[in-house]
Amino acid sequence: MSIDLKTIKHISKLSRISVDEKKAEKLAGDLNSIFKFIEKLNELNTDNVEPLTSVAETTLKFRSDEVKNQNIREQIIKNSPEDNEDFFVVPKVVE
Amino acid sequence: MSDITSQSLTSLVKNIKEKNLSSEEVTKAFVDRSEKSKELNSYITEDFSNAIDKSKKFDEKPNLDLKLPGVPMAVKDLFCTKDIRTTAGSKILENFVPTYESTVTQNIWNEGAILLGKLNCDEFAMGSSNETSFYGNVQNPIDKGLVPGGSSGGSAAAVSGQLTPITIGTDTGGSIRQPASFTGTVGLKPTYGSCSRYGIVAFASSLDQAGPMSQNVEDCALLQEVISTYDNKDSTSIDFKRGQYSKDLTKDIKGKKIGIPKEYRVEGMPKEIEELWKKGIEYAKDCGAEIIDISLPNTSYALPTYYIVAPAEASSNLARYDGVKYGFRAKGENLTDMYEKTRSEGFGAEVQRRIMIGTYVLSSGYYDAYYLKAQKVRKLIKNDFDEAYKKVDAILTPSTPSSAFKIGEKKNDPVSMYLNDIFTVPVNLAGLPAISIPAGLDATGYPLGLQIIGKAFQEQEILNLAYAMEDKISFKNKITDWWIK
Amino acid sequence: MSKDNSEYLIERYDNVYEVVIGLEVHAQVTSNSKLFSSSSTKFGAEPNTQVSLVDAAFPGMLPVINEYCVKQAIKTGIGLKAQINKRSVFDRKNYFYADLPQGYQISQFKYPIVGEGTVILDMPNGQKEVGIERLHLEQDAGKSIHDMDPQNTLVDLNRSGVALMEIVSKPDLRTPDEVSAYIKKLRSIMRYLGTCDGNMQEGSLRADVNVSVKLKDSKELGTRCEIKNVNSIKFMQMAIDYEANRQVDLIEEGKLIDQETRLFDTKKNETRSMRSKEDAHDYRYFPDPDLLPLEVTEEFIEKLKSDIPELPDDKKKRFIEEFKISAYEATILVSDIDTAKYFEEVVAKMGKNRDMKLAVNWITGELFAVLNNKNLEISKSPISAKNLAKLINLIKNGTISGKIAKTIFELMMDGDKDPLVIIEEKGLKQESDPKALEALIDKIINDNREKAIEYKNGKEKLFGFFVGQAMKVSGGKANPQLINEILKKKL
Repeated sequence: MSIDLKTIKHISKLSRISVDEKKAEKLAGDLNSIFKFIEKLNELNTDNVEPLTSVAETTLKFRSDEVKNQNIREQIIKNSPEDNEDFFVVPKVVE
Repeated sequence: MSDITSQSLTSLVKNIKEKNLSSEEVTKAFVDRSEKSKELNSYITEDFSNAIDKSKKFDEKPNLDLKLPGVPMAVKDLFCTKDIRTTAGSKILENFVPTYESTVTQNIWNEGAILLGKLNCDEFAMGSSNETSFYGNVQNPIDKGLVPGGSSGGSAAAVSGQLTPITIGTDTGGSIRQPASFTGTVGLKPTYGSCSRYGIVAFASSLDQAGPMSQNVEDCALLQEVISTYDNKDSTSIDFKRGQYSKDLTKDIKGKKIGIPKEYRVEGMPKEIEELWKKGIEYAKDCGAEIIDISLPNTSYALPTYYIVAPAEASSNLARYDGVKYGFRAKGENLTDMYEKTRSEGFGAEVQRRIMIGTYVLSSGYYDAYYLKAQKVRKLIKNDFDEAYKKVDAILTPSTPSSAFKIGEKKNDPVSMYLNDIFTVPVNLAGLPAISIPAGLDATGYPLGLQIIGKAFQEQEILNLAYAMEDKISFKNKITDWWIK
Repeated sequence: MSKDNSEYLIERYDNVYEVVIGLEVHAQVTSNSKLFSSSSTKFGAEPNTQVSLVDAAFPGMLPVINEYCVKQAIKTGIGLKAQINKRSVFDRKNYFYADLPQGYQISQFKYPIVGEGTVILDMPNGQKEVGIERLHLEQDAGKSIHDMDPQNTLVDLNRSGVALMEIVSKPDLRTPDEVSAYIKKLRSIMRYLGTCDGNMQEGSLRADVNVSVKLKDSKELGTRCEIKNVNSIKFMQMAIDYEANRQVDLIEEGKLIDQETRLFDTKKNETRSMRSKEDAHDYRYFPDPDLLPLEVTEEFIEKLKSDIPELPDDKKKRFIEEFKISAYEATILVSDIDTAKYFEEVVAKMGKNRDMKLAVNWITGELFAVLNNKNLEISKSPISAKNLAKLINLIKNGTISGKIAKTIFELMMDGDKDPLVIIEEKGLKQESDPKALEALIDKIINDNREKAIEYKNGKEKLFGFFVGQAMKVSGGKANPQLINEILKKKL
């Protein structure tokens, strides 16, 4: 199985990372060599194996329904690239 | 001054407690040596003048009951530090200043330590040589032009080069143990859930774990005791009874059963690694341990599994770096254009590569073949360890398949770079604790490490084994200060 | 042709199409804090003032689940007579959007907390059962504001991370009326349970509507389109009507229907394709590694079951049996929890000698009219249940006539006045003393001798004239029943 340029462009779109032709070709080469090495897993039969998501053998702990956070708008907005005291700002979105 | 920076953490703590040294003296010594060590490029962000101010303040009213009283310490730049820039080695966070502190670093400051600065690392901890950092390569203090390993390369170099008495790194697939091994230092990756992930820039959530990197096992035990706490801000933090690792440290390991997994004898492994391992077995025997041959049959599948699981999680964890809330933003004609430019200019090549791998293995039509398959194999790998631990208390392996390599040597060959983590990755997949200790030198005189893997939550056990073996090995790191003019 | 008028069919030439509708309702969980962070969920705060580091997805921030939200979801599941899953898993749904700070939404994809259930609708032609496919917990996104700044979109994350229950119905709905009844019933159940306030204006209840059409009597379902985020029942009905007709037209023209996400434009009253979301369909769901599986015990569920209040269907049954009211009346009274509460309070305050008929008529008649006029919820009724019960009892025991009662009712609205006080102040008490009334009638007969004779000679419709005179002279206070009796006797 090999990853073609069309696939690279599709996943770059999904990842929101722009790629030009040259970068796409480089990525295709890299990914193909990595996946060649990953394909080793196909040797294994895992039909009756439960997938393991987390090694933490415990269940989800609950938090109580309390409001603990104060208004920290200044802190939240402080690091944002566009200056606006109340909002995060992004290029106009047309729906 | 140099006799201050060459002291172990334990001895510095003792000297401060006994008032032989002030926090200021110690802090100034490390600041001074750090200033002279720019060529190593260990630091991304220095906080030296603040550190000295803090040390003076500490000395005015010293609380000597603390575990790290007035001890200066630099930390990996993956830990968010309040009011101190945190970059994760990436351009995308070049100007990011957290308003909050990670739990692990908070625990350290709570015991009296003082931040020296933030240490270089591979971008988002993705790398095994510190070459993916936006802030440049780190030199291994062992030799010029040598990688310190990664991703905690800056941390390893800083400890080995004595720019900090001790440090913390993070380990997702070997990022503490491999650089420790490359720099002749000690590195512990604790059990998953032992140290809180709160405030640590995430790479792969199900694998990431913070841990100490130190000059010796005793220091390592002391810092582990400080950083490992149950944290209700991290849903994967585990509430187990944590030991007093430094207090309970013992060299008495008589009768402990140590497993030697035959699958770690990989093809093409350098002879000196093989030799080192054999020597390690002898040392363990000398300490009174019993050696038992074991099998971890799915070992060879660990690395392919890791290169599905870690990128998959990373592709999602790194989606938040989109130029909207914080960090770097490129100009774009519209929202999508802004995202794509921000992320392709803000992330380096290796990070982009892993995001792509992760996106691909999760994408529609491939999920079952890759991600689900990897999760199943992960289960098999964990089962291997569970099975082995019915017979043994710990497992001894080499830490890495080679000693440190030259800067640039593997940069353009991702797969050969990934193979560096072949012995460390299975441990992360199974969530186990493991420690790397320096155990010898290769023909060139570069350090080599041995890895001791423990049962979950049995940090004390592997610290004790490492402590006992360290004594027998009596390794001396050869630091020539070549970078200091 | 159809047997009853509840069918909703679209006819084109010889073809008759049936519309198949399924709903994905997003109900905001009633809770103080968000699903995975301790920020407030209060509506209407200044932008970005209810945002924590977790909600804004700062590096290293981690989700920790709110127990109350889990309980609310399970309670809702119980209210929907649904399977409660002891183990459920939170997944990440990955897509980029300005108001999605993490770049993924934490949701439950493969293993939801609640499985299949049912909702019963009371339709004019009988009951209809609608299947529930599942209910899962998920995070709400923030809000993108497109019209405040000409160059930019502004983002408010106050809502980011608020807990939502997504309730997915089976494609069992066939008409816009059923959709309306379904939404109202869901809303009613959740308001009884206190799990969602159902406030559509504030966005606490929104729905994605899946619409497809098929030839009537055909078993094969058509290609469906999903209309995103419709926030009122009226708009849902309009959107369905537009969309179903659009699809039928396409089929009639021999064209294919694209399975796609559409948007309902409330200004143009039409649906249109959401091209901006087209490439985002591959959500790459996978279990959130920051969270462990959510596990609840049998005891946990049982405890919640024991806390479940009487729900509308049971209440309706009880009202019919206990209060001997009609099914129709009961349906109206139980449809909203506050109405039911009000009614039950009136009944309780009426005491032993209660008149159900009067109570039902006054609530669903006069009171509803007033609330409607003033656009008030019954919980904000200007007349308390206690005082309405008093008024009804005063009618029942003959103290006042129904007509006077209406006057008093009007006066009660001013500060929830006690009807007895009004009667006292205005002297509106009904005259029911037979002797006084006899004297009054004697005088009227005396004053209208000729008409009395005409009546006796068979002009019976003059009886009404005498009743009117009696009411007029008494200023409306004469007990009409007694007046009737006495007049019959005297004339």
